[in-house]
Amino acid sequence: MKLHRVLAIVSRHGYLHRRSPFRLFELLYWPFLELVVWGFVSIWIQTVAGAAGNFIAFFLGGFILWDLMFRAQQGLSMAYLEEVWSRNLMNLFVSPLTVGEFLTASGVVSLIKLTISTVVMAFLAATMYGFSVFSLGVALVPFLVILVLFGWALGVATMGLVMRFGQGAESLVWVVAFVIQPVACVFYPLATLPPWLQPVALATPLVHVFEGMRAVIAGGGVPWRHIAIGAALDVLYVAAAIAFFHYTFAIVRDRGLLARTGE
Amino acid sequence: MTAPVVLEVEGLVKRFGDFTAVDGISFQVGRGEIVGLLGPNGAGKTTTIQMLLALLTPTAGRITAFGLDLARSREAVLQRVNFSSTYVNLPYMLSARENLTVFARLYGMPRPAERVAEVVADLEMADYVDKQTKTLSSGQLTRLHLAKALLNRPELLFLDEPTASLDPDTADRMRKYLKGVRERHGLAMLYTSHNMKEMEEMCDRILFLQRGKIRYAGTPAELMARLGVEDLEQLFLSVAREGEPE
Repeated sequence: MKLHRVLAIVSRHGYLHRRSPFRLFELLYWPFLELVVWGFVSIWIQTVAGAAGNFIAFFLGGFILWDLMFRAQQGLSMAYLEEVWSRNLMNLFVSPLTVGEFLTASGVVSLIKLTISTVVMAFLAATMYGFSVFSLGVALVPFLVILVLFGWALGVATMGLVMRFGQGAESLVWVVAFVIQPVACVFYPLATLPPWLQPVALATPLVHVFEGMRAVIAGGGVPWRHIAIGAALDVLYVAAAIAFFHYTFAIVRDRGLLARTGE
Repeated sequence: MTAPVVLEVEGLVKRFGDFTAVDGISFQVGRGEIVGLLGPNGAGKTTTIQMLLALLTPTAGRITAFGLDLARSREAVLQRVNFSSTYVNLPYMLSARENLTVFARLYGMPRPAERVAEVVADLEMADYVDKQTKTLSSGQLTRLHLAKALLNRPELLFLDEPTASLDPDTADRMRKYLKGVRERHGLAMLYTSHNMKEMEEMCDRILFLQRGKIRYAGTPAELMARLGVEDLEQLFLSVAREGEPE
């Protein structure tokens, strides 16, 4: 792994975003819009429910953490799509750049973008609705790590699918996270799911983060059990995603799809 | 061939299912040598180049560059190689200078900005290097691709139609420039073009591919003498149309 090659790819995205303010606008527009909507929904539910539960914290906490995972996945996949759209993949892969360096650089780009959008959202949630994401305390750190790693695992797998099936599959970048959302239990407890679906939910790291978050908001301590299971599952998903990407890349190289990406 | 060998291809095969795109070709390229890959569409030129650039996995055969096995030493080989094609794009939102800077960093050039400035001066790109790539004319884009291909001071350069879309004056300057780099630095080139005059002018040797095999190999003069034709255009037509009814 050569740092200069990772930084070269990161700088390419830096130049791109400096030249294209609309990409930065998009980075903040959707999170802001959704935060406003979810903020008002939670205020209304809180009003109806009275003092029965901390719905503003449940909803806004859930939304901010979910969006962070989604940005991690999308940021990584978008870094690849930018190369597809600009027909630049061939230039990159006839250079000494390795797959690992490309994925690492895409991860760094994704991290920078999600940090910007999450900081802005956390600030807005605090100023507009009085919810501070830091109220999750020390548990926030492992929650963030688990979510970002799972987002990257999804992003790498999505990238592999787009590489294998071409630009026609690029819509996966926007939809793949939402396939998992119903079992991620972002806005409702695991017990809400039918019993047969609960084992499926427990097989994702996400449900452990969101159950843990609700436990912290409800006044419990740091949910170490959820954190440990979520982290262990993350290791499996990240390893599987990287293995899948390498497998896909080998197919792509065997069939000469890299030079024809976009068709 | 007396020059040290920079590229050696032995028994290279590429099959896509039942179709054999490249069928056991072998050849060498020496330091400072310009070898032309010639052949009709579908002859296997692009497939061969893609395998030589590690974009495509060969079904069989061996590629050795600078004494290193490409399959095992991809990074080390590609660090000393580059590629330019009229048909491959660079990110169009970035300026030409930004694109060159990214690739100078990618190839680990010690002072990327200085290296970019050198290449820009060499290729007379100063007037438009700070313009966005999407605003460049096709001729300017061709120069930009060539500049990108020379950033890492390659010892072996793959050129796919390098002067397509250039006006005759600029194309002539480019050819002279490339020959100059060859003379000064011993740059070897594998060259494809459908401009037969250009191939005749540039190439020390021609490999004529047909249906995935090397049909003829030799200097342009040798090939023309062997087939009794006056130029490469006639040679191309006579080989490509062999077997067709009169």
